Amino acid sequence: MSGVFASGSTLLAAVAEEPWHELSIFEPASPGSAAIVRLALLVLAVAALIFLVVEGILFYTIARFRHRGGASDVPPTEPPQVYGSNPIEIAWTVAPALIVFFLVLVSARTLWEVNAAPATSRNVIEPLTVTVVGRQWWWEYRYQSYDGRKLAFITANELHIPASDPKHARPTRLLLESADVVHSFWVPRLEGKVDLIPGRTNQLWLETDVPGLFLGQCAEFCGTQHAHMLLRVVVESREDFEKWLAAQALPAVDDPQQAAGREAFLSESCVNCHRVRGTSAMGNYAPDLTHLMSRQTLASGIIPLDETNLRRWIHNPHDIKPGCLMPAFGLSAEKEELIVQYLLSLK
Amino acid sequence: MSLADHPSAHADAPTSPAGVDLASRLRVWTTTVDHKRVGIMYVLMAVVFLVIGGVEAVAMRIQLWSSDLEIISPDVFNQLFTMHGTTMVFFVGMPILIGIGNYVVPLMIGARDMAFPRLNALGFWVTLFGGMLTYFSLATGGAPAIGWFAYAPLTETTFARSAAVDFWALGLIVAGIGTVTAAMNFVATILAMRAPGMTLNKIPFFTWTMLWTSVQILIAVPPLTAALVMVLFDRELGAHFFDVQNGGSAMLWQHLFWFFGHPEVYILILPVFGMVSEIIPVFSRKVLFGYEFMAAATMAIAFISLGVWAHHMFAVGLSRQVDLFFIVASLLVSIPTGIKFFNWLATMFGGRIWFASPMLFCFGFLSMFLIGGLTGIMLALAPFDFQLTDSYFVVGHFHWVLIGGTLFGTFAGIHYWYPKVTGRMLSERLAHWQFWLLYIGFFVTFAPMHVAGMLGMPRRIFSYEPDRAWEIWNQLATIGALIQAPSYLIFVYNLVSSYRHGKIAGDDPWDAWTLEWTTSSPPPSYNFEKIPTVHSRRPLWDAKHPDDPDWQYE
Amino acid sequence: MNQQNDYYQTAGGPATTLPVPPDIAPEHTLNAHEWGMLSFLFSEVAFFSTLIVAYVTLHNDNLSGPTSEVLSLPLAVATTSLLLASSFTVHLATHALGHGRASLFSLWWTLTIALGIAFLAGTAYEWYGLVVHDGLTVSRNLFGSTFYTLVGFHALHVSGGVVAMLIILGLSLTEAIGQAESTGARMVSWYWHFVDVVWIVVFTVVYLA
Repeated sequence: MSGVFASGSTLLAAVAEEPWHELSIFEPASPGSAAIVRLALLVLAVAALIFLVVEGILFYTIARFRHRGGASDVPPTEPPQVYGSNPIEIAWTVAPALIVFFLVLVSARTLWEVNAAPATSRNVIEPLTVTVVGRQWWWEYRYQSYDGRKLAFITANELHIPASDPKHARPTRLLLESADVVHSFWVPRLEGKVDLIPGRTNQLWLETDVPGLFLGQCAEFCGTQHAHMLLRVVVESREDFEKWLAAQALPAVDDPQQAAGREAFLSESCVNCHRVRGTSAMGNYAPDLTHLMSRQTLASGIIPLDETNLRRWIHNPHDIKPGCLMPAFGLSAEKEELIVQYLLSLK
Repeated sequence: MSLADHPSAHADAPTSPAGVDLASRLRVWTTTVDHKRVGIMYVLMAVVFLVIGGVEAVAMRIQLWSSDLEIISPDVFNQLFTMHGTTMVFFVGMPILIGIGNYVVPLMIGARDMAFPRLNALGFWVTLFGGMLTYFSLATGGAPAIGWFAYAPLTETTFARSAAVDFWALGLIVAGIGTVTAAMNFVATILAMRAPGMTLNKIPFFTWTMLWTSVQILIAVPPLTAALVMVLFDRELGAHFFDVQNGGSAMLWQHLFWFFGHPEVYILILPVFGMVSEIIPVFSRKVLFGYEFMAAATMAIAFISLGVWAHHMFAVGLSRQVDLFFIVASLLVSIPTGIKFFNWLATMFGGRIWFASPMLFCFGFLSMFLIGGLTGIMLALAPFDFQLTDSYFVVGHFHWVLIGGTLFGTFAGIHYWYPKVTGRMLSERLAHWQFWLLYIGFFVTFAPMHVAGMLGMPRRIFSYEPDRAWEIWNQLATIGALIQAPSYLIFVYNLVSSYRHGKIAGDDPWDAWTLEWTTSSPPPSYNFEKIPTVHSRRPLWDAKHPDDPDWQYE
Repeated sequence: MNQQNDYYQTAGGPATTLPVPPDIAPEHTLNAHEWGMLSFLFSEVAFFSTLIVAYVTLHNDNLSGPTSEVLSLPLAVATTSLLLASSFTVHLATHALGHGRASLFSLWWTLTIALGIAFLAGTAYEWYGLVVHDGLTVSRNLFGSTFYTLVGFHALHVSGGVVAMLIILGLSLTEAIGQAESTGARMVSWYWHFVDVVWIVVFTVVYLA
């Protein structure tokens, strides 16, 4: 409990230190999310105006017409009774109707601006197409094509996309599917959320000029570890992205020093679920490990990917992510170590 | 006048604690078909479930205090919010409103009971049984962890192996049957049992809203029942309605659920509109402004609410045209709601506003429900909703509507009619404490949730990452919950202690205008010795001002 | 005790100079039983609409197994005519009751029950064929799930109607038909007509489409 009080005492300090803007919908980094912010500010202003007017009338009325006597005493005299007035009623029917009409127009305009293929004067590169498969509780990314090239690799949890530059727009088209239950893809700074629904393919366009890391997480309750189904989108310059693509397209490194570890990995039931391209591990239910060590995080973004965490994870994933679908296998210490070392070699 | 003045009111249940045989008192209550006793039992049931749901809420708020707490495991947390939502909607919100309606509507329209007293009692017991059945899911080792809207295919056996979901679905089906019988009863009572002279355009406004709430229940609850039957068939008989691996549809559930779910929120607010439309005039000493427009607005809300459900589904990838349709339909609701709001203000304007506790809660309702309505407008705009839906903004919004709207209004109603029900006044001092703790605690709990949502915090997470900057908003919310909690305890204490020690109320403590105030407090089991005749919407105004009666102006 | 209406006493008191309210015109509306039954049927419309929506949305989404082609239209036409006829007989029964002809009522009422049971027997025969010969069950595929749910809930409502009519028949045989039984019979006939209308929709959607 002392932790509770400690964090209570640092309330304000926390605000100052933390990067509060990283997932804010008001820090847009794409045309779509910027369009939403414009709409949001407009409707916030309209709402604020209505709020001030109506609360103003309410408080004025109370101040002016309050009966000043004991709270439990009925006022002694009755005020004049006013039963209604058609002109007044019509006036306050028409006024909200006009506001509604206005809001419909502006939201319709925005509706056609968000989650859309880029409309721009720049050269539009043929989009990066990635099939995103939501799974309990991680993300699978199947890279399909980019700039006229066919891509054929699968990765997990960290989505890399190219940034646009002043001359070229490089949009990304995500095809959203689910392997189990409903999930929702939400990276607030890049775009509003779109659900991943089993039996259906949804589409989400992303495009940004800003290289960097964009965070988000699953927004539709999807079971035990819904809270730990984090999204990381790495937006890279053209050069970096090309480098990354080339590295990912290669099969797994076959380090002769890790032959024993590889043997251990392939002899265990890891291979039933995981895939390491270029080996006999062809599992289809868990994250692709071909280039595991090119990722920064583990367990769908909740911990940094380093040797210690990897060892903890393999020893018992449920210590880190209780209820996750990977079991603790109860491996011998040596075998565990061999497998850890092998995985660390998968750059 | 004291309680003892009305021995006939208590012929079958002496209120004197001395010499009362508990067993016989229990027998009287369990076999009663008196609408007033049934109504009281509905409200008591709701208060018990309110405490249960409140404890669940506080448990969740404590877990969310900081990012590194592991007080509650993920599965238990998921069960908590599932049961919290289910409880508050089905076993607090609807029963408390149906209960108040049960008590008040026959009295207001000058009837001796509901149209079908035995069906009425059945409805209550079935609803209670449904609530117990839902909680019986705990016996399977844990409540369901599916969220109150239970999106398929999370409810399929593949993802929810224990029988918890079956008990949950059965409980809601059973409670739904109870709710539908109550609605049938209200429709029949209001349309066929009004006192002579009380034509439909002269019924008290609360009665009018109960009529339209009932119509909504009749349309909206059966589709939920049917959808829950499909869930049970999937689980028990191996059917494939929502079994996506075999061609079933996850979208169908969402459509069916929200076709129920959105009218449901109006089911939870229309009766409250009715209550404040009774209370604001009495405590402003003025007739309700624009009765006809208010009545029309109620009907408009009831109808439009049937066509807005997909605004809960903007993120599922509907087409833009469909999105636009639901934007328009959802925004249209704000017009009749605005009409109501302005009419309440106009009723107060020029009055003698008198802040006894019922009016205080009406003030809470007016000042807060407005904000819930405005955030609702934001959520209705699909593009903005792409960001806001399923975030904490939504959690803040609907609590703002359900507490700032439904709960404040319901408390106003309870404080208004308690003297009629018990013959005694609630303590004004305790009521003020309850109000201000709730008002402040409510604000501190739910305002920060809007901010957290706009900073990217999704709903239904048992924990969050330390680097997310959501901690302070969660801590404020937790503090708010702890400020709110005692207000509910004060409320329950006030209900109990005033029943014994409250000031004697008399028949008409608020100098009000509707028929329930003509009979004794509490009313005799037959309500009225002589069925009154009615000439206007305010029969007691006519009686108290025979020189200037209302019927001259209506 | 008599305080409860004292406002009215004041109002009706020595009021020669006070305005006199107009006379109250009697209101003509359905009675409570009729409104209650109508609201119940209203909710039933919502219930069956949902099942029909589910059938229409899903019945073709099978991944394997039999489809609506295995249904026998002639059999459905036969059972449909039984049910339509029963709507007619129940009308004759309540008509007879309205004219106080108790034995004629019992005759038509019994015939209605017989037709209802015959309809159910037809459904049972159909289901037997579907399950045994075509291998169509609730769990076989989506057509099975949606078909049995929709048609099954309708059959359940027919069964409920038959039980209600049997109860009224039993009452009418043991004692004279009073006001309560007469209202009951009329309300059951409303319900029966409703079940009939639902079947026409089901027949159109499931067997004709």
